[in-house]
Amino acid sequence: MREITLARQLGEVALAIAIAPLFTGWIAQCRAWMQNRSAPPLLQPYRMLRKLFQKDVALATEASPLFRATPYVLFGTMVLAAAIIPSLATDLPFAQAADAIALIGLFATARVFQSLAAMDIGTAFGTMGARREMMVGFLAEPALLMVMFNAFLLYGSTALPSLVDGYAAHPALIDPSVIFAAIAFLMVLLAENARIPIDNPATHLELTMIHEAMLLEYSARHLALMEWASSLKLFNYACVGFALFFPWGIATHGVDGTGTLLLAIVALLGKLAVAGAVLALIESISAKLRLFRAPEYLAIAFLLAVLGLLVHLLLGANTHA
Amino acid sequence: MLKSHLIAQLVNLLAAGLLLISFAMLSRRRTQRLILLYAWQGAILCLSTCLVAYDAGLTELYYSAALTLILKVIGLPWILHRLIERLGAQWDREPVVNIPLTMLIGLVLVIFAFGLAQPISEMATTITRNTLGIALAVILLSFLMMITRRKAVTQVIGFLAMENGLFFAATSATYGMPMVIELGIALDVLVGVFILGIFFFQIREQFDSLDLHHLEALKED
Repeated sequence: MREITLARQLGEVALAIAIAPLFTGWIAQCRAWMQNRSAPPLLQPYRMLRKLFQKDVALATEASPLFRATPYVLFGTMVLAAAIIPSLATDLPFAQAADAIALIGLFATARVFQSLAAMDIGTAFGTMGARREMMVGFLAEPALLMVMFNAFLLYGSTALPSLVDGYAAHPALIDPSVIFAAIAFLMVLLAENARIPIDNPATHLELTMIHEAMLLEYSARHLALMEWASSLKLFNYACVGFALFFPWGIATHGVDGTGTLLLAIVALLGKLAVAGAVLALIESISAKLRLFRAPEYLAIAFLLAVLGLLVHLLLGANTHA
Repeated sequence: MLKSHLIAQLVNLLAAGLLLISFAMLSRRRTQRLILLYAWQGAILCLSTCLVAYDAGLTELYYSAALTLILKVIGLPWILHRLIERLGAQWDREPVVNIPLTMLIGLVLVIFAFGLAQPISEMATTITRNTLGIALAVILLSFLMMITRRKAVTQVIGFLAMENGLFFAATSATYGMPMVIELGIALDVLVGVFILGIFFFQIREQFDSLDLHHLEALKED
């Protein structure tokens, strides 16, 4: 029995690693369609990764071991996060091991390493990108925590799997606080993954970069790992969103069998396809904010999440107690 | 019983939407967007009134929902839209208090409103009594918007949003006001917007702008 669950856990992680670049590619494709450009092929991110893995690394002479270790640390944390998030099933060893607060801590660890590595070489752009990333991060984190608290209050647990199980137990529950939390989560997702209102993932203008500025000094396999880690991060955020707000199809605790697992995979792919299209739509219709508007944007996300909590206390407490 | 429970949940959901729109109004700078949000607020109000009417079996509430639809979703937004186009007042100036701070104050107001409404809603018997706190919060947030904005047009939109909040409070606490009063209020609001529209032009003629701080001094120096 233990071997089977372990195998499933490994399968889930392998699937996450494998399809994360596909998700990024799908978003890029949808975006291109919506903007009337000819789209890059869906497998473009994989080709990019292959190309980068074949190249030789060019390192700055001042690079410290931290700079070289960071891509591996980043990739490792994102893989661990993918193991914690119940994207396919809730009854998995890693998913039980850490709760959502630990997950946020994991994301924070990755951010700290990435920022330190960006400052390591000492170029102006890397330092600037790191500072901006920290600014966005420290504003986005409380908002994300508040979103999580919304879900915790609703189902009385801080572990993501039991949230999904709790949802499966009362599927008909519409709690008004969920709308607030979902909007706040979407805003945080866009900000944390360097998407458009805060940062432009496709930018080539150094002065407006946040995420890309931190990668400027990386090359070859290091860059490939960083890119892969950032697409895994987006995938992870999407899966957290599914677990919190749309946990349909995820194989719940006690429900066993290959059929449910296959169904879970199909459901995940379907949800990712829709989510990618929605993200691309949002990015196509909104303009990038000035950096000094970013605190306002994230303050709004935070407030929405807090409002969700308040609304839950006022309305939700009476309706399903 | 189950149906009534579902309707209560839907009304709660709509109430949450109303609160969301009030916050969106606080955070917007463009006047056109504000009008769109105002129209949405009216639409949500109309829907929730219909739901309450269906649940309570009151025909008058359907009339007032229809009145809301005609006046607040179509009529007033259209008038305001035309006014803004004629006045060329697409943007509000930077508000008196900056937007994140306004939102924080709004949050405090929401907590205050919820606390205030708690004992009142415990006495009410309607299915929607929980939403009284939200209605109160919408009223206070509209007040806040009127206080923090500088332009006359945005203040008028704040005033109209406040009226929406009052209407929602009336439906949620007592299944609506008597029809005569409702008609009277609707007419008042309509006439009020007409008169204020005339005022806009007068203010602009006098001061070359719609900024209301010009009205604060009694004499020109």
